[in-house]
Amino acid sequence: MSDLPRTQHIIASGLIAAVGVTVAWISYTQEPAQAYLFPRMISSVFAVLAIWTFGKAVLGRTKVGNGLSAQAMFNMAPGLVVMLVYVFWAAKALGFYTATTITVFILISLYDPAPHGAAKTWIKRILITAGFMAVMYGLFALLLNVFTPREVFF
Amino acid sequence: MGDVFTPVNFALLLIGTVGGLILGATPGLSPTMAVALLIPFTFQLEPQQGLILLGAAYTSTVAGGAVSAILLKIPGAPANIATTLDGHTMALNGQGAKALQVSFLASAVGGIFGVLLLIFLTPVLAQWALAFGPSHLFWLAILGVTVIGTLDSSSVVKGLLSGCIGLWLATIGFDDIMGAQRFIFHSSLSGGINVIPALIGLFAIPQVITMLTKGRSDSGAEVITVQRHPIGAALREVFGRLRALSIGTGVGSIIGLIPGVGGQIAGLVAYDQSKKFSAESEKFGKGHPEGVIAAESANNAMVGPSLVPLLTLSIPGSPTAAVLLGGLLIHGIFPGPDLFMNYPAVAWTFIDSMLIGQILMCVFGLFIAGLAAKVARVPHAVMAAIVLALAVFGSYSVQNSMGDVYVMATLGLGMYFLERFGFSAAPLVLGLILGPIAEANFIQGSMIANATVGLGPYFFTGALNWLLIAIVVVSISYSVWMELRQRRYTTKDDAVAKEESLT
Repeated sequence: MSDLPRTQHIIASGLIAAVGVTVAWISYTQEPAQAYLFPRMISSVFAVLAIWTFGKAVLGRTKVGNGLSAQAMFNMAPGLVVMLVYVFWAAKALGFYTATTITVFILISLYDPAPHGAAKTWIKRILITAGFMAVMYGLFALLLNVFTPREVFF
Repeated sequence: MGDVFTPVNFALLLIGTVGGLILGATPGLSPTMAVALLIPFTFQLEPQQGLILLGAAYTSTVAGGAVSAILLKIPGAPANIATTLDGHTMALNGQGAKALQVSFLASAVGGIFGVLLLIFLTPVLAQWALAFGPSHLFWLAILGVTVIGTLDSSSVVKGLLSGCIGLWLATIGFDDIMGAQRFIFHSSLSGGINVIPALIGLFAIPQVITMLTKGRSDSGAEVITVQRHPIGAALREVFGRLRALSIGTGVGSIIGLIPGVGGQIAGLVAYDQSKKFSAESEKFGKGHPEGVIAAESANNAMVGPSLVPLLTLSIPGSPTAAVLLGGLLIHGIFPGPDLFMNYPAVAWTFIDSMLIGQILMCVFGLFIAGLAAKVARVPHAVMAAIVLALAVFGSYSVQNSMGDVYVMATLGLGMYFLERFGFSAAPLVLGLILGPIAEANFIQGSMIANATVGLGPYFFTGALNWLLIAIVVVSISYSVWMELRQRRYTTKDDAVAKEESLT
């Protein structure tokens, strides 16, 4: 096991151990006690297993999981930012259909292996986005009548 | 069976079957994820209709996964891994059409047998399950989480830890007895975690992020041209190899009944057993139809039996069954021993539609395999964007709540990172689904216990309680033993490799 995954394992299992201990602590300190009867039971097991996993990671004995390579993080970073902006801000602020159109187009443009210099590939991306959005609007807004936060264009 | 053939129901069955075949053929879209993404589309439908759509999609996504396994060497779902071994080699040898036909016919045979098992076993088990009290249901829920936690993960501790995280997530919100708020750190969690957005997030978002980590590289997979092949010859091929067909169907049916084992293991075990008992075992892995027949009949045969524990005990035996449980709950149907008394029409229409769905899957599979293979080549970028948008729309439409979308994204993001460190989504999902069942029965049991024999004797006496506890202990012990054994072999192999490199 290389050093990078070991450090990553320690950080990841440390975070889980912190959550486990916090959950157990809340379960045993909050009132009414009866409401926390079941959480106490499972959080005790949760905390023990999480501390066990953390201990193994610290000792470098974690055998499963590959962690994240720098290349994978570099590749996913822009898409992840677009995704988070879409979910936590744009979907509500701009309206579902506007935000989805922008997000789909950006994601396809960012990750499409086709060259960015050719006009043909941009037309293709626009057509894919428009086609997909037409289907989404037809299905959710017209056929299923699903209410969505609507602003700007829809 | 008449309800299946009403125009709307039959149309939904067709849509579910064809859609499932296409979704199944798309690498990265597992049956569980496909069914989870489809649930929001069933909100406007009657319970019967919604379940027909979901059941058909479940059946045909498993079979559809064979298309990409054979033509692209990319299993559409983990259940199709064994199919790639001989199916893709057959396709490379110019027998792509034969491999596809054999795969769909074997899937239909296995699937029909599995659904028949579901039809005959479910009412019997439902009668038996009526004798289950709160303590038994509590242990059964714990059994569901531990079995999936230990079997679905590469590390027993991490599998059980995932199950605990799921059980804890299920306790978020108001408790049923005191009405007290528990673990509400953000207003989005005040109503607890809704199962459907959670399922969508846990299965779809990690897949979206995995696609993003590939960057601007396409799958690059070339679809092999499919030549014409007479269907009669394929029929003779399948029914002429009865040993592989019966091994696959038998193994798949038995494995389907065991909670948590799933199609991947069914396919691989059936392939292995078929190879061992075959007179032509040396041909396996080199494009032998028996390999495809065994693997595909097994992974479809397990579909029906995997629903038996769900319909009789409300304990989902697989992640996809867990998603189906979410679909049932959203339509106000709580499966269990009295399902067939309270909702006979819904239950039987659902089961019947799965039987008809197997035949339709076979017919459509033989016709649209070429189209499905083209869909399988959709670039990662497009697939990631489409799945993300569907996940957001689907999560929002459950309760028209942005809180559900935030929960979906947060859980999905967290699950991606957990998966990178060896944690598995299946036990977490089972914990989330079975948590309320476990807690309700634990509280009910503890009330009965306090008024009668006391907590310890109530939960730890009786043959059924001990049987369930024994299965929990045996499944954990067996998985620990297997893990240690595997680790010992890996260490030994590493030592040999090191020694060889030094000499």
